[in-house]
Amino acid sequence: MDLRYSEAEEAFRSGLRAWLAGAVPSLPPKPPANDWPARRAYDTGWQGMLHQAGYAGIDWPVEGGGLGASPVEQLIYVEELERAHAPYVGVNFVGLLHAGPTIAVEGTAGQRARFLPPILRGEEVWCQGFSEPDAGSDLASLRCRAVRDGDDYVLSGSKIWTSHAEVADYCEILVRTGPEDSRHRGITWLMMPMDLPGIEIRPLRTMAGSTEFAELFLDGVRVPVGNRVGEENDGWRVTMVTLSFERGTAFVGELLQSMELLRSLRDVVVAVGGSGAPGLLGRIGHLGAELDAQWAVTRRNVSQAARTGVPGIGGSVFKLAFSELRQRLAQLGLEVCGRAGLVWDELAGGPWSAAEGGPGNGELVDTWVNGFSRTIAAGTSQIQRNIVAERILGLPKG
Amino acid sequence: MDFERSEDQVALAEGVARLCAGRFPLESVRVAEGRPTVADGKGWAELGEAGVFALRVSDADGGLGLGLAEAAVVFEELGRALVPGPLVASSLAAGLVPGAADGSVMVGAVRRPAGPGPILIEDLGAVDVLIVVDDGAGELRLVERGAVTGAPLQRSLDPLTPMWRVEALPEGDLVGGEEDQTRWGRDGNVLTGALGVGLALATMEMTVAYARTREQFGRAIGSFQAVKHLCADMLVRAESARAAVEAAAVTVDQPGVGDPVRAAAGAALLGCEAAQANARSCIQVHGGMGFTWEVPAHLYLMRAQVLAGSLPSPADLAAVVADRY
Repeated sequence: MDLRYSEAEEAFRSGLRAWLAGAVPSLPPKPPANDWPARRAYDTGWQGMLHQAGYAGIDWPVEGGGLGASPVEQLIYVEELERAHAPYVGVNFVGLLHAGPTIAVEGTAGQRARFLPPILRGEEVWCQGFSEPDAGSDLASLRCRAVRDGDDYVLSGSKIWTSHAEVADYCEILVRTGPEDSRHRGITWLMMPMDLPGIEIRPLRTMAGSTEFAELFLDGVRVPVGNRVGEENDGWRVTMVTLSFERGTAFVGELLQSMELLRSLRDVVVAVGGSGAPGLLGRIGHLGAELDAQWAVTRRNVSQAARTGVPGIGGSVFKLAFSELRQRLAQLGLEVCGRAGLVWDELAGGPWSAAEGGPGNGELVDTWVNGFSRTIAAGTSQIQRNIVAERILGLPKG
Repeated sequence: MDFERSEDQVALAEGVARLCAGRFPLESVRVAEGRPTVADGKGWAELGEAGVFALRVSDADGGLGLGLAEAAVVFEELGRALVPGPLVASSLAAGLVPGAADGSVMVGAVRRPAGPGPILIEDLGAVDVLIVVDDGAGELRLVERGAVTGAPLQRSLDPLTPMWRVEALPEGDLVGGEEDQTRWGRDGNVLTGALGVGLALATMEMTVAYARTREQFGRAIGSFQAVKHLCADMLVRAESARAAVEAAAVTVDQPGVGDPVRAAAGAALLGCEAAQANARSCIQVHGGMGFTWEVPAHLYLMRAQVLAGSLPSPADLAAVVADRY
């Protein structure tokens, strides 16, 4: 067990840190939350900068134009971006973390050459069409039909939770090509251009007021057969490849941000003092120990991925623990800012306010409200517990 | 950076597990339940011979010259096997007290109380010497067993950790200053956390084994989600605490990778919590049998209470983490 970084790893870190120190301050101001075209421009602009500097597709395989960095270098990458308060991956999430790596591993040479470079350069944005109104946790029951007609698949059905659909160029979409009851044996993975006739996008407003999600309604959408990744009816296996990229270091940035938020809350509580302070500090210390533990779990998981090529059980442990931890952290944050936690507007004056160097009441409200999605998205905590119990502990299926 | 166990560390854990299975099978340890003296010098010497206490003593001084990381790995196995006796104190005393490292002298420990009230000491009947930790003065003092007058309590919470009552603690001889006292607290946190992780893993494995085979409503109870989710939480707790404990140990061994005091306090907090919470779930999943004396679930719960009782309070540990975050 060694927590020291090698010379090569430290060199990678310092090069990245130096570049970020110049790049991040040169960014334009962040666009308004629900102005999606502006956010697309901002996020893709940042991706273009990363590409120019040679930091695009860090975790992608080399054959896909990525850097093929080791899991440890990926960890350093995420750590340094967070430390520099660099922009999040934003609208590039699906392209960079899902569709791109999947095409790199499962696509044909022609597909790799056509689709990967624009993702790395920040020129094309992807969205995801996996879930359906009646296929959430039970993804294999999806019903969106694709019927072969000459050189096209003709798609009919609906998709939900499609992030950034209105500014996306392509959609990684799962369709039913087998019989209705074929479950995971009759699914195909397609790349659907978002400008085709027959696609209707209906924004879905979240409880946080954001319109990042949308529903897709597909009516006779003709997707060329050449846009299929993997074989017909082999899409479930391709999907498992896709989802394996989502684990590992996907939430590391948020973990480190949570640690910084906790420090900031500690400072506020110490500054305010009073009879409630010891109790709050006890909770802060406990959360701190738990966040430290998940940082240790992360480093163990990364080490295991470096040795075996696949993330170990730590991925499920981390997802379960951290999503609930994040909610408790946000709950504590709201308590610390008191009645200012009743509004999203950033207020000045309180010790928690951003103006006073605190975390900001609006930011805390945002963290609190959005925290509710963390135990639902990417596998609900209940499904995660089933997976842990059945696949890791070997308990019988219910 | 490679936070996985090395081959040597894996082999070390397996070796200690084998030793425990051979020398401390639970059915033999349980023979001494409720007695005023449970740990015995012979077993202690065997642990000493295997190097359990000398792990961190330098090669030149006849030890193994290993780190706290290796000690943590070993202590997880000792906790898992429910080995009785003052393991943490004897390990921390190696190098300070002659004979501690090879197990020929069993060393217990007690914190000098800040105020009045009864003084309770674990395993006083078995120990040869006591280290009195004086957090106020920043000192470690050595007291011969013969210099302490004490009597065993009739019923100790953990039937395998007899508690003795002492009216007064002698002054003792100074064996360590502030640096040693700080190290004692910090490393003791890590090793106690490691014992807790071992307990948490043991109860998890016991619970999963039972849930796989126990049938109700015509099927294994482990197929019910209500039971599955308890088991999944046990794994999350144990693995999170294990990572915290081992990271804390490495942070002590490798200066510059983090704050060892904060990491050690967190490790103690989460290690003990995992031990306590997993023992509770173990009892719950075992149903009525979990409440019996026969099923050892209660022994893990009570040992977890003993570990927690040997540490600063959870509030104090959390305060250390908050202060240094």
